[in-house]
Amino acid sequence: MFIGVLCLVYFLVGIGGIAGSLLRYGLSLLAVHIWGKDFPIGTLLINLSGAFFLGWITSHFVYAKKLHPNLVTALSTGVIGSYTTFSTFCLETVDLFEKSDYLFGILYIAFSLLGGLLFTHLGIQSGRNGKNEVRR
Amino acid sequence: MSGIILVSIGGFFGAISRFVISKRIQSRITTVFPLGTLAVNLTGAFLLGLLTGMQINRHINALLGIGFMGAFTTFSTLKLESEQLRKDKKYKVFYRYLVLSYTLGILFAFLGIIIGRRI
Repeated sequence: MFIGVLCLVYFLVGIGGIAGSLLRYGLSLLAVHIWGKDFPIGTLLINLSGAFFLGWITSHFVYAKKLHPNLVTALSTGVIGSYTTFSTFCLETVDLFEKSDYLFGILYIAFSLLGGLLFTHLGIQSGRNGKNEVRR
Repeated sequence: MSGIILVSIGGFFGAISRFVISKRIQSRITTVFPLGTLAVNLTGAFLLGLLTGMQINRHINALLGIGFMGAFTTFSTLKLESEQLRKDKKYKVFYRYLVLSYTLGILFAFLGIIIGRRI
């Protein structure tokens, strides 16, 4: 029984991983189609929006306990965790510096570093507001 | 079409691997430092660099690069953990976590590319 429950969490995280990865794949193709390849705006938008949603999910569901913990894990660790990516960010940064696009490289790091923190903060705040409304 | 299937398979196993490995590492340490996510992100950055440097083919890139490594590493958890450290006023750990993630992540990706190109 315990092993069954344990396996279910892993399976749900994996399913979430499929959804998150496909969403990232589709959006990054779309971003390249719209804005081209000069600046990795696709990954930046994906990572910042994912940071917001993880903050929102964490304050909205984890503390409020409105959803089964396994589903919250599937949503946060699975979907959002796989939707956002750190490895691609690192690779794209190296790529910008190798092409001597130093300004873009530094801007990309700064936007990810500071923007990510800001959007996580905003996500937590807006998730918390929703929780208060439900409590009343 | 094959891209969708390959990314899905990679994403499925990448997400589970991250979940298992980061939890295992985190359960073995007693500090507040998010070593689990850091280890996963740095490993993934290096391996994606290696893969990119080797330039095998686009199917392998979709399966292992976009799918597996993309899902294995995570940006959102890194930010959430940082934000929680900041809120708990653990500024030293907060700065250390961000500096280590960004400098080592970019360095490891670079080393991966260099090594991958020579294989």
